[in-house]
Amino acid sequence: MSTLFYISSLVAIASTIMVITRYHPVHALLFLAVSFLSVGMIFLSLGAPFVAALEVIVYAGAIIVLFIFVVMMLNLGRETAQQEKEWLKPKVWVVPSILVLILLAEMTILLFQGPDQAMQVSVVDPRKVALSLYGEYIIAVELTGFLLMAGIVGAAHIGKHQRKELHRFLQNGEEEKARQLREPESVTNEQTVLHD
Amino acid sequence: MVLLVATVLFTLGLIGVLTRKNVVFMLISVEIMLNAAGLAFVAAGSRWEQPDGQVMFLFILAMAAAEVSVGLALVLQIYHQHKTLDVENLKELKD
Repeated sequence: MSTLFYISSLVAIASTIMVITRYHPVHALLFLAVSFLSVGMIFLSLGAPFVAALEVIVYAGAIIVLFIFVVMMLNLGRETAQQEKEWLKPKVWVVPSILVLILLAEMTILLFQGPDQAMQVSVVDPRKVALSLYGEYIIAVELTGFLLMAGIVGAAHIGKHQRKELHRFLQNGEEEKARQLREPESVTNEQTVLHD
Repeated sequence: MVLLVATVLFTLGLIGVLTRKNVVFMLISVEIMLNAAGLAFVAAGSRWEQPDGQVMFLFILAMAAAEVSVGLALVLQIYHQHKTLDVENLKELKD
């Protein structure tokens, strides 16, 4: 456990330092993915494979994808292709690739050595986690469901593109003013409609 | 030893929140801090061989997912209304 744990924690710390010192968000996101993967490797060496899988799926999958979506939406309309060409230079992705290859080598060593020599820790069974989750923590699980629901609704409401809305009295006044202003035009419009 | 790694990661995230001025980088640093807290929970759970640490990690995971979705929606709105992501320029609440 010890050597693999030390290597993966070094990778985690190095990639996290790279995250908080980058200037481009996309570079930081690449190193953030490496950081999450290495923390997942730490979980695996601690004897928690279920949590390691969740870390890879939810953090390195879902949350990184959310960040990437937002970065893409923010950069819309500029010279996006040129920017992307600048971002994908080899010196950008070589360092994260090397770190990820270290993690991959570590995981293959762990898989081929068998769990007995690689980690001398006792694995906490996912069955125990599930029993505890739906036994004594059932209220917290339901509250987490409420929290996720509130998060979805709140994000959908905040992220909606807000248009300017007037009160209905003001709307009526505005409409009447506009109608008075373009009253002769409306007749011609009706005529054109009839002709059509 | 695992707690030391978790502390270092948490401190790095805290430094990121305190020093960066971009809102996206501040959100990323908050994610790093939450991840370090989850690492500490899982380490404690595997030290005493109890499943409670992993259960707490699951709750932190769900909370981080909800937080990041709301936070990124706020980032989008900030960018649409102010055309900037610098927190120094967002001072409507200042007198």
